[in-house]
Amino acid sequence: MPEHDAAEHAAPTEHDGIAAGPAETGRSDEWRRVSPKYIVVEVVGSLIGMVVFVGAALVVHFLWHQQWALWAAVAIGVLSLIGIAFEPRRVRSIQYRLRADDLVFRRGIMFQRQVAVPYGRMQLVDITRGPVARALGLADLKFVTAAAATAVTVPGLPMEEADRLRDELVALAETRRAGL
Amino acid sequence: MSAPVRPAPVQSLADGEWHRLHPASPLLRGGLVFIAVLGFVIANLRERVVDFFLTVFAPSTRDAFGDRYGSGQDDWANDPIGGIVNHGLVGWALLGVVAVLIVVIAAFWLSWRMHTFRVTPEAVEVRSGILFRSHRSARLDRIQGINVNRPLFARLFGTAKLEVSVAGQSANVQLAYLGSALADRLRADVLRLASGARAERAAARGETAATNGVPVAAGTEASLSNGAPLPAAVDAADVATAPSASETAPARVAAAARAGALVGQRVDEFLAPELDPDLAPPESVVHLPFGRVIGSTLLGGSTIWAIILVAIIVIGVTTGQAWVLFSFVPAAIGLVSYMWSRITKSLRYSIAGTPDGVRIGHGLLSTGNQTIPPGRIHAVEATQWIFWRPFGWWSIRINVAGHSVSASNEAAQRTTVLPVGTAADVQRVLALLIPDAAADLEPLAAAGLTGRGGAGGFSLTPRRGAWLRPFSWRRIGWAATSGVALIRRGALVRSLTLVPLARMQSVAISVGPIDRWLRLAGIRLHTVTGPVSAVLPVVDRDEAERLFERLAEEAVDRAAIDTTHHWGAVEPVRPEASPTPEPAAAPTAAPDETGADHAR
Repeated sequence: MPEHDAAEHAAPTEHDGIAAGPAETGRSDEWRRVSPKYIVVEVVGSLIGMVVFVGAALVVHFLWHQQWALWAAVAIGVLSLIGIAFEPRRVRSIQYRLRADDLVFRRGIMFQRQVAVPYGRMQLVDITRGPVARALGLADLKFVTAAAATAVTVPGLPMEEADRLRDELVALAETRRAGL
Repeated sequence: MSAPVRPAPVQSLADGEWHRLHPASPLLRGGLVFIAVLGFVIANLRERVVDFFLTVFAPSTRDAFGDRYGSGQDDWANDPIGGIVNHGLVGWALLGVVAVLIVVIAAFWLSWRMHTFRVTPEAVEVRSGILFRSHRSARLDRIQGINVNRPLFARLFGTAKLEVSVAGQSANVQLAYLGSALADRLRADVLRLASGARAERAAARGETAATNGVPVAAGTEASLSNGAPLPAAVDAADVATAPSASETAPARVAAAARAGALVGQRVDEFLAPELDPDLAPPESVVHLPFGRVIGSTLLGGSTIWAIILVAIIVIGVTTGQAWVLFSFVPAAIGLVSYMWSRITKSLRYSIAGTPDGVRIGHGLLSTGNQTIPPGRIHAVEATQWIFWRPFGWWSIRINVAGHSVSASNEAAQRTTVLPVGTAADVQRVLALLIPDAAADLEPLAAAGLTGRGGAGGFSLTPRRGAWLRPFSWRRIGWAATSGVALIRRGALVRSLTLVPLARMQSVAISVGPIDRWLRLAGIRLHTVTGPVSAVLPVVDRDEAERLFERLAEEAVDRAAIDTTHHWGAVEPVRPEASPTPEPAAAPTAAPDETGADHAR
C-alpha cells in the first residue's frame, strides 16, 4: 500500500519538534504493526467458524438429504479458505501510531478504517486475552472513550508490550485529561 | 443516620448539611399508588358495601342479596369477605387491615426520614433506603444538566422534582420532591458551585447587573450567594403546618391570612412562567405559536405512521381479521400518546440563556425545565423533514452525555432542544447552544441549513459522489470555524450537524471498496451517544485525509484550552491557579482571596 509508505516518510517531519509525549519514553512516532503471531489467532478463529458452519451444513445435507446444503458447505469452505489466505495481509494492515497528542489506529484492506483518539479522551484502557492469544503470549488492548463509536481495539500485542503500552497511555491520559 | 439532620425550615439547601425532602414526598412518590390500590379494592367490594348498608338500613331487601351470595359463602376464592364473616374473623381481619396500614404509613415515614441529601462544594450526595442503604454521590464538575420537573400532582402540593444528571447511564441523582421555591434555589446553588465561581464574583456580577439597570437580577444573585431569607410567603407556606392554633382572634386572623398567602402562592406558582424570571433574561428567544406546534406534529413523520396504522386497522376490521386489533391497536395508542405528549410538552415552550447555561422550559399542566451548563453539548443537529420544508420549520436535537442514551420518550424530549422553529429561531438557539462561536457560525449556519454546492464556505463534493448519494450529493459538505465542525447533508431530510471540537471524542475515516474506486471516503466524528451522529458520508479522498488530520489536531488543541467545566472561574482567579505558579508568590497571594471565599 503506497499511502503507508508516504505516511511513514512524512511522519518524522510533521511531528519532529514535539518533545512531550511518547518520544520522551523512547518511542518514535511511526506506524507500528501488531505481532505476526496474531495471524495464528485469526486463522484459528476462522477455522473454528468454518468447521462449525460447514459441519452444520453437512449435518443438514446428510440427515435431511438437502442438496443445497452441500453446495452451501462447499461455498462456506472455499470462502473461509480464501479469507484465511488473506489473513497475513489483513493482520499486516493492522497498524497503530502514537503521535504527540493522539493515537491513530488503522486496519482493513477492503474496508479501511482509520481512527484518531486523543490521549485525553481515553476513559479506560482494557486488556483482554482469549485462549489462543494467551497460549501465544498475546493480548488485545481496547481503548474506551465516552463515545461508543470509537471502538478502537489493537489486537495481537505481546503481553509485556501491551502492559507497557497500557501504563503509558493511562499516564498520558492522566496528564491530558480533558473532561468529557 | 450518622450525621445530624437539620430541621425542615432552612434558607439554603446547599450548605453542606444533610437535609430531608419535602414531607409530602412519600405520598407523591408512592402514596398515590397506594391510594389508587385502596380505591380499586373498595370499588371491587362495592356490592359488598351496598349489601352491608342495605342490611343495616333496609333489612327487607336482604333476601335478594343473600340468595346471590349464599352459594359462595364458604368459597374463599370467590368471596373472601364472606368467608371471613362466616368464620367470625371480622375482628382479626380489621386488625390485619389496620396493621397493614400502620406498617405502610410507618414505612413511608421511615423512608422519608432515611432519605437525606446534601450539597457540598464537591458533590451532591443522597442517602436513602431502609433495609438496603444506598449512598449516591454526583461530582459537581461532572454535572451534565439539571432538570426541575413539576408533575401536576406535585404542583398542587407546591413541590418539584430536581434531577441532577451526570455522565453515565442511569447515574442521575434525583431529589423528589422538594418545595418548589427551594428546588429553584437549590438548582441555582448547585450550578453556582459547579461553575467554580466564587461568591464575590457572583456579588460583583450582581453589582454590574445593577449598574446596567437590572436590579432584580442583582437582588437575587446577592440573596443566592449569601443565603439570605426568601420572601416571607414561602417560609410561611413551609411552616404553615406548625401549630399556631392559639384561640385568640388575632392569631386566627393571622392563620387565615397565612392560608390565604399559601393559596395565593400556589396560584402564583401555577401561573408563573416556567423560567425563573429573576435568573434568566425574562424573554425566551423563541416564541412557539400554538398553531405551529399542532401543524408541525400533524405534518411530522408520526402522522404517516398513524395513517398507515389506521388503514391497517380499518382493513383488518372490515375483513374480520381480529388479530389485527390486538397487534396494531396498542401501537396506535402509543403513537397517539406520543403525538399528544409532543404537543403538550411543546406548549409554553421557552428557551433562554442564563449565566449558568441554557434553560429550556415546557409544559402546561405538568411542567419541566432543563438547564444545560456551558460546555456540555457534544453535538447539535438541525433537521428539516420534507413536509416541513414549505413552512421553513426546523427542529434541533443535541447529544448530551448521560441521559440521551436510552431511546425512551422522555429521553427524546430531553434531547430535543427546539421542537419546531423557523430558520431565524434556529440561528438564535444555535447562538445559545454554542455561544463561543456564535458570530462566526451565523453565516455558515445560514448556508448550511438550505444551501447546496460550494456556497457559503462549505466544501464541494465531487460529482462522482452522485454514484453513492444520488439525491443529496450536492448538499453534502463540511465547514469548520472557531472550533466547530459543521456537516451539511440530506435532501429529503435536510440536516446540519455541528460538533464543538473541544468535545469530540475521536474521528474516523473509512474507505470501502466503492469509495476507493471512486477516490472517495467517509468521515465520522465520534461524540457521546445520542440522537445526533456526525457523519460526512462522501468526500474526496485527499480532502478527507486533510480533514482527518485537521480535525484530529484541532480536537486536541481545543480540548486543551477548553475551560468550560468551571465556566464561572474567571480570568482574575486563573493566574494564581495556573499550573506553574511561582512557589513563593502563590501561597502569599492566595490566602486572602480564598479566605474571602470561605468567609462568604
